[in-house]
Amino acid sequence: MTVRLERGATYLILAAFSLLAVYPIVSIVLLAFHRRNEPVTGFSIPSQPTLDNFGRAWTEGRFGDGLLTSAIVASTVVLASVVLSVLSGYALGTMRFPGATLIFYVLVSGLIIPYESLVIPLYHIFRAARLTDSYPALILPQIGVSVCLGTFWMRAFFRSAPRSVIEAARVDGAGHLRTLVGILVPQAVPAILTLAVLLFMYTWNDFLLALVMNPRGTLLTAPLALTFFAGSQRTTDQTVVAAAAVLVALPVVLAYAVLQRQFIRGFLSGAVKGE
Amino acid sequence: MIGPSSRILASTADAARGSAPPGEPRLVGLAYAAPSLLFFTVFGLYPFVNTVWLSFTRWNGVGAAVFIGPRNYADIVSDPGLYLAFVRSLILVGFYSLIPVGIGLLLAALLSRIPIRGIRAFRVLLFLPQTVAMVVVAIAWSWIYSRNGALNELLRLVGLDGLTRAWLGDFTWALPAVGLVGTWVNFGLCMVLFVAGVQKIPLDLYDAARVDGAGPVSEFFAVTLPGLRNEILVALTITVIFALRNFDLVWVATRGGPGDATAVPAVLLYQLGFEARRIGAGAAIAVILTAVILVVTIVITRLGERGQESEAAG
Repeated sequence: MTVRLERGATYLILAAFSLLAVYPIVSIVLLAFHRRNEPVTGFSIPSQPTLDNFGRAWTEGRFGDGLLTSAIVASTVVLASVVLSVLSGYALGTMRFPGATLIFYVLVSGLIIPYESLVIPLYHIFRAARLTDSYPALILPQIGVSVCLGTFWMRAFFRSAPRSVIEAARVDGAGHLRTLVGILVPQAVPAILTLAVLLFMYTWNDFLLALVMNPRGTLLTAPLALTFFAGSQRTTDQTVVAAAAVLVALPVVLAYAVLQRQFIRGFLSGAVKGE
Repeated sequence: MIGPSSRILASTADAARGSAPPGEPRLVGLAYAAPSLLFFTVFGLYPFVNTVWLSFTRWNGVGAAVFIGPRNYADIVSDPGLYLAFVRSLILVGFYSLIPVGIGLLLAALLSRIPIRGIRAFRVLLFLPQTVAMVVVAIAWSWIYSRNGALNELLRLVGLDGLTRAWLGDFTWALPAVGLVGTWVNFGLCMVLFVAGVQKIPLDLYDAARVDGAGPVSEFFAVTLPGLRNEILVALTITVIFALRNFDLVWVATRGGPGDATAVPAVLLYQLGFEARRIGAGAAIAVILTAVILVVTIVITRLGERGQESEAAG
């Protein structure tokens, strides 16, 4: 009886905290479904839910452009970083060569150096090349920091791969590239997928780099477009800002809904960039 | 390319060294590692070295930077407008890190003896705040903290009308209000880490503690806390670093205001480096921020190693 009571209390506590974790997100979604001139307060539920705000956010805030830019940036960064990380993780996890240890430590240093301490020179480098407000400015630095987490992640996987598999492939005459592509990568699909969803999340949600690299504001990512839009609209119309916020959060939250296992494995391993 | 005998030699050498990566010595490894190294060097390492150099200069972004020695650092130490940013980030560490870790531990203590099924469903919800863009989080909470928002609504509901205010616009309350958003972002992560960890502690240990007459409190300190050491260290590392470097949440919620009530180091770095064009000063903030993060990481890692040693000795 007390066990049952304890268990009931446990679930109650967990449910309460889960509610707390979800509430702010639910509240912004509810706000987005309100009619424009409907009086809104903290806990109000839309009397006649409408999708109008999403349409208005899409056109007035140019979120179509922002979402497209973010999609191009995020997919390029994820694809390039994963490929580079698989290559370097393979080398550092399965081969011995001069400088391997040094290369590893250099790349690991990228896990500790905060992004914030890179943005001032990055801006001036791209400005000197006349490349601010451009895709390279949004993409290249993201790859530069993503390969650190990626290499660390893939190296750990390749190190744990059974050595006999690699040796057998070599005995069979497979070259190093064929061993990687034909044998190791198929086994690494879950690890690669986890890495990809984490990098997608970080890249999509990034704000500081996009802000710094957009002095003219002509190539806004979705989060950046959201802040500009919120800045101009917040006092006048909260419902349309809420709709825009929902649009910006949606791709990652949808990915999370579909690929929970990969996201959670990443979180539990401590692979959180903290941004 | 390399004969079998050398492979055997290499593998025995590996085995002898224990931690060396398996496989034969292969120069081709350099070619595989080179692209990652190149990208990080050009877009990570080089900018960082450049930041260190700029921190010793005066520069407004045009023309050449003028070397002025450690003057930017001296300014940070003597100017409250600058060093207070680091004090504020310590306050944020309390909200972003210590409170979530505390909540997580409390819950882990409550649940230490109860096997939980169906934790997965809760886990998905508790991790949700980690996936939402900080920009969106900031906007959602700005709404909650606004005049007609949920917080003021709640206060009116319980008759505390006198306390209602625009929380993020209040000089006293803006920083704690932002801090509580960080608490919200991180508490689920800590809870899931610790609750999962506590389920792995063998029940015998708790039984033994009870036989020895341990109450719930001493049981927590004798069994639960040591059993969760690794999880606590992971949680501390993630959340403390998040608190120290946080930019987007604070910037979108308050722009560092009102006044400079929420001007944390990353905000100051942006204001100095990009708005005020005091690039050297901004760079010095960046270098100190990096140094602080490095020290914190080392200290927490050391704590983990020392814990492991004492456990092995005991």
